[in-house]
Amino acid sequence: MAIVYKKSNMLTDVPFHYCPGCTHGIAHKLVAEVLEEIGAEGNVVGVAPVGCAVFAYNYFNCDMQEASHGRAPAVATGIKRVLPDRIVFAYQGDGDLASIGMAEIIHAATRGEKITVIFINNAIYGMTGGQMAPTTLEGQKATTCIYGRNPEVNGHPIKVCELLSTLTGPSYIARGALCDAASVRKAKTMIRTAFQNQIDKKGFSFVELLSACPTNWGMNPEQALSYVKNEMQDLYPLGVFKEVK
Amino acid sequence: MKELMKGNEAIAEAAVRGGCRAFFGYPITPQNEIPEYMSWRLFEVGGTYVQAESEVAAINMVYGAAGAGARAMTSSSSPGISLKQEGISYICGARLPCVIVNMVRGGPGLGGIQPAQSDYFQATKGGGHGDYHLLVYGPSSVQECVDIMYNAFDVSDKYRVPVMILGDGMLGQIMEPVELPEFKDLSKLPRKPWATYGDNKGKDRQIVNSLLIEPDVLEAHCHLLEDTYKEIAKNETAFENYLCDDAEVVITAYGTVARIAKSAVNILREQGKKVGLLRPITLYPFPNDEFARVAKQDCVKTFVCTELSLGQMIEDVKLATGMIKPVKFFGRTGGNVMSPEDIVEYVNKEVY
Repeated sequence: MAIVYKKSNMLTDVPFHYCPGCTHGIAHKLVAEVLEEIGAEGNVVGVAPVGCAVFAYNYFNCDMQEASHGRAPAVATGIKRVLPDRIVFAYQGDGDLASIGMAEIIHAATRGEKITVIFINNAIYGMTGGQMAPTTLEGQKATTCIYGRNPEVNGHPIKVCELLSTLTGPSYIARGALCDAASVRKAKTMIRTAFQNQIDKKGFSFVELLSACPTNWGMNPEQALSYVKNEMQDLYPLGVFKEVK
Repeated sequence: MKELMKGNEAIAEAAVRGGCRAFFGYPITPQNEIPEYMSWRLFEVGGTYVQAESEVAAINMVYGAAGAGARAMTSSSSPGISLKQEGISYICGARLPCVIVNMVRGGPGLGGIQPAQSDYFQATKGGGHGDYHLLVYGPSSVQECVDIMYNAFDVSDKYRVPVMILGDGMLGQIMEPVELPEFKDLSKLPRKPWATYGDNKGKDRQIVNSLLIEPDVLEAHCHLLEDTYKEIAKNETAFENYLCDDAEVVITAYGTVARIAKSAVNILREQGKKVGLLRPITLYPFPNDEFARVAKQDCVKTFVCTELSLGQMIEDVKLATGMIKPVKFFGRTGGNVMSPEDIVEYVNKEVY
């Protein structure tokens, strides 16, 4: 019988720990498929964050390092500088990257470190149980803003792609979404471009993926995907923000 | 042939000759000559250097590079070392070899920029969170800085425990003649089986990690670290015993203060007083056995612990000697440094 679909070789056989309806699994699958398709097997070091993806080192079938909270771009910098011919990527959530790790991501980007960063934006702290993230939408409820994010008290959400695309160092900055089949396919193209840029030594490459967190949003998976499509994309438009040809 | 070198630059060159090929730093006085030197020197030997955005980032770059199998280091001074503590804890948890240099300045807070030894607790008792220790050296001359730095990566690799060199602003800034050793042959170093070189996959893949969520696993891991520290204590503990065999008064000191104390011992000996110096070279592991042995000598009447702090190492001196003889304290702090005559005066006034 012909095999029409199989799990990527770049994923291990360890079952994901993610909640039902969470899109981390899709993001992992896309990264793994791209790494396999570009022939990176046996030539990769990944960096896992602190947050829901903290166990990512169990899932990617390559050498992995687990970074402290927010420091994945610094850890990836250290790896890439001593192993310049390896493909090095960091996988981070929005609390990790856009809050505690803002300095590390901006400076890795502006140095033009030849690494690829996959940024999961689900507008919430998932692992710790649904606190407000720097990316939480205005009016969106979280356990530390139970009446909804109020900019007077909680400040405004931060747009990371827009911020990073003002810098000279990055070679590729794009935002995709994981809310339906078409957007998933587009996101995969972005991820492929980001890794290809690293292989071509063009500089820092970055893909933000708008993601669903039904558990902490208090929604079922379908409602959560709809929230990504209809609410998040208003604030966080999809597209390529910067591309050095 | 000896060369006249500044302490900071001598440490940097010794690190390169000892195999350092990756340096990640951030400017802070009084250690700036180390990153400045490394910023050009490492590229001459095929290494890499990054001026990080912060000490926090720098220590995490060390984590990444050390985890990827390289001989990596960072240097800083007291406030910057405080910022690195989280990263140092992770490095210890993940059992990554590396070297950290602290050219201590006065504190707390922003403190001052003059020499101090007030980071002793931080260096030897933990500093960051969790059950861990560093292998901490307290060199007292530029040549000793060179000798310790030159072998620091070998020792760190052997035990998978970071080495900290605890200097001070004076050691970093003074110039002394030094003999520089030959370059180590890095091609002879074995592959580190735990490192993420990037060419592993499947069952061979490596994970550099300090997250051990099962209590039994984490407890076993902490016991493994403890066993390593015991092994280090057995093999690496180092000290200098200067004229303690017939001493009535044993001055204890490390680093810069130990050379001042040695001058004081010589002056007191000329005055006919039986005074010696017991100097730990490893601050962790502390030379407990030697301190206990000296304390038990019948001739020894009292210890005088001298430090550039309000009294930090004195706690280890008291523990090691069991306080079977009195332990007095003479210190300066805030960046002030005592002279040999100050110690002589203290001993003559308080002991004789």
